[in-house]
Parts: sequence; structure tokens; C-alpha cells
Amino acid sequence: MSSQLTRRIIACLDVRDGVVVKGVNFQGLVNAGDPAALAARYAADGADELIMLDVSATIEGRRAMVDTIRRIAEQLSVPLTVGGGIRSLDDARAAFEAGADKVAINSAALATPELITAIAGRYGSQAAVVAIDAKWDDEHAIVFGRSGTTASAREAVEWAREAESLGAGEILLTSIDRDGTRQGFDCVLTAGVSGAVNIPVIASGGAGGADHFADVFRRGRADAALAASIFHFADTSIPALKRWLAAQGLPMRMTTTEDSSC
Amino acid sequence: MTATVALIDYGAGNLTSVMRGLRRAGIDPVVATSPASLADAAGIVVPGVGHFSATAIISDAWREALLARVTAGVPLLGICLGMQWLFEGSTEAPGIPGLALAQGSCQSLNKAGSYFELTPGFVSVKIPHLGWNRVEQPRDGVQGINIGSQFAELTPDVDSRDSRLLAGVESGAFAYFAHSFAAPVGPETVATTTHGATFASVIERDNVFGTQFHPELSSETGAAIFANFARVVGR
Repeated sequence: MSSQLTRRIIACLDVRDGVVVKGVNFQGLVNAGDPAALAARYAADGADELIMLDVSATIEGRRAMVDTIRRIAEQLSVPLTVGGGIRSLDDARAAFEAGADKVAINSAALATPELITAIAGRYGSQAAVVAIDAKWDDEHAIVFGRSGTTASAREAVEWAREAESLGAGEILLTSIDRDGTRQGFDCVLTAGVSGAVNIPVIASGGAGGADHFADVFRRGRADAALAASIFHFADTSIPALKRWLAAQGLPMRMTTTEDSSC
Repeated sequence: MTATVALIDYGAGNLTSVMRGLRRAGIDPVVATSPASLADAAGIVVPGVGHFSATAIISDAWREALLARVTAGVPLLGICLGMQWLFEGSTEAPGIPGLALAQGSCQSLNKAGSYFELTPGFVSVKIPHLGWNRVEQPRDGVQGINIGSQFAELTPDVDSRDSRLLAGVESGAFAYFAHSFAAPVGPETVATTTHGATFASVIERDNVFGTQFHPELSSETGAAIFANFARVVGR
């Protein structure tokens, strides 16, 4: 047996000015509830991790974020990753001190790749997640910064490899094309990146049904899969999703209240 | 009365989650500010994530104070890097000695020529080993693998069934791991985990305990382990 490491199901909270929001293709945000209350629900439901992304539009909103991290962390005994607005080692420190276990950096890593090395050096590689937002342009998956608004000169696979060499412990890979569409994860994009690096890859963008998760774990070779809207609006419950995936033969962490028979 | 437990802060990662987890188990964690402050502690926790070299900041004065308290019977729990530091050292930072409270030295889980690569059944895997994996408690003690001069003596002293740290934790329970180096299975091993190779995921000898995984991030498994440690400390 090579490993009994399970595939992870990660619930994502996009937080703006203290409330959870969710959009489609990175636009058209709607209110989905209180971050701490949702975090508590997902943890109780068996989410393997939580990721909170700060999408605040204002400076006041960003200032409130440390308090939001603290409120979420108080609810959890599973890992919490915080991303969005982490631009410096000081921002990372503030997130860790408030209760984050990892930070995800995106635009700041594109602008200053050494920030990856600085965070990994101070907090360990496992705490340095590099978030990559990618969008297809013909045959190239182009990396975008600034919440999907600004194309960079980088290609997803090459950037993931570089991030790994700079000390990233994990890649959070989001398909801008699929984000919020519920049409399924981009398995081609995910498999390309996952096969190119030797660190775990979290697939994000497009979760609609349980079969999408099975697909991205198998065809997409994802180590973890993230979803937001399907959990927020209670279309899919995490225990039911994990039971179904376990029945498909995928290794899942089943919690005692929702145990599998396998 | 709430037991006071000293946390050794050597700057490797944040303590917030560990302190939260200990408080939930009824432990009052205090960050130790000097070696002398360990004298009042009913228990000691060495948390940590990151590179083995981070432990270099724990000076000789700290080491002496820690070893004196452990010799006096004070329970010690090492978490992740903190557990690795309880071994003799790590190939991650060859010049830095560990506390040598457990036999063997830590090695990469996925490096050509490493101890783990030489173990039977080794498969190349992604590192860091990041996520939820099973903590197995073999029923008939734990069998070490003797390769080269790793161990002279492999007879396990503690049977998993007698482990105080794992009391009430089922074999195969899930815990959250985040590491690239690991400790070999040896005499102090009471539970193992497999990721490419099989490594020591929980060690225990007398009042010395260690978990390679993070109890503070391991949901109900972690809560049970902290509660058990609180019971050991409170005794």
C-alpha cells in the first residue's frame, strides 16, 4: 500500500466586508451568510479543511478581516487557509496570529515571487499555498492576477513548477472559465498541473455534483477539491458527497457520526 | 485546578491553533519565556512546523532545563517538528542534534537513498505529506525495520494497547499531517502511518510522547489525544 492519504474535500468561504459572498466567473456576488456560522457547519459536516478568501473591496473591509479569521478559527479543529489580500510577510503574520494555519498568495506571488520563499522559510512550506487562477487562451492556460482581472505573462504549469521550486507546499488551482458555473472542474488543467509538480494540488472552480469530484480526483489527479456555492446553498451536503465518493472507491476521511462501512 | 502546561515557542509556525486545542482539553497553556520558567510546569508541549533547523534556536540552556524536567517525570508532548526533535536528529539539518529521547534520526519521506526509500514496499509519493491519513495501532506491538545501523534493538517497549496517549483512539483513526520528513519506526513507536513508506506517527515511552500529525487540526482524534495528555498531566 503506497499511501492511505485521503482525498480532501475543502469548503471555501469568499468573504467580503464580513459576509460570505459568491459569484459566477468571479463576478455578480450574492450574500451567502455569516462566515463563522458557515465554518462551524462545514467542520461539523466533515469538511477536511476550510479556505477563507478575502474579496473585500474596501480598506475597512480588509481591516475587519483579522477579526473574521479569529471568529472562524475559534470554530475549527481542522486546518484553515486564508487568502486574498496577503501581500507581505507582515500580512501573513497577521493571518497566522489570528488563527490561520496556511496562507494562500496569488497576485503578490506573481509580482514578488520571493514572497513564497519568505513565507515558507518562516512558517514552513506546508503553510505556503500558492493560488493560481487560470483561464484558457487557445492551448495555453494563462495565469491571471487581481481576482481574475489581469492577465500575467505566465502559463499555469510553468508557474506551478516555479512556485514549487520557490518553496510552495501546495497549489490552489482555480479555473476562471469554470468558477461558479457548476459545469464540473477543469480536469485537463488540473491534470496538467498536478502531473508537473510533486506537491499537492487543490482543484477549484466548477463543482456542481458529486460526479465532478470523482472526475477531478481520477482524471484530474487532484489531491483535494474545493467548492463554495454548492455547499452554501445546501444543494450538496458534505457527508452525502463523501459517502458517495467513498463508495466509488476514493479514499475519504469519514467522521464518526458519518462513518462508512468500508 | 487547571494544570499549567508550558509551550516552547521557538518561532516555528504559529501557536494559536495548538493553544486553542489545549484549552478545549482543559489545559491552561502558557508560553515559556525562559528555561527557568519550565520549573513550574506540570507538562511541556513542543509544537512546531517547518524546517528542522528552526530548532537550533532552542539553546543548550533550554535543552538542559527540558531534559531535567523530563527526567523528573514531567510529561512532554512533541507535535510534528516537535516530535522529530525528540529523536537523535534529522537529515534535514544534519548539524543540529535532537533531544535523543527516542532512537533513530528523521529522514525525507521521498528522497533517493533515504532510509524510507530503502524500506520494503516504498513507493514515490508527493511531499509534503499533506492531509488526512490513518494512524494505525498494530495489535502485536510495532515491528521496526532494521536497515544499516538505524537500530541495534527493535523490541518495542510499549504496546499500542497500553498507550496512554492513544487511550480510546481507534486504530485507523484519521489525523491531519503536514510534513516532508519523518521518524523511522523504532522501539518507542506506538502507531504508524503509511505515505510512500511506513513511519512512526505516534511515539510514547514513560512520560515522553510525540505525534507526527497535528492534534490541534485533527478534529475528534486530536481532541481525544489532547484530553489524554491532559489526564497524564493532571495525574
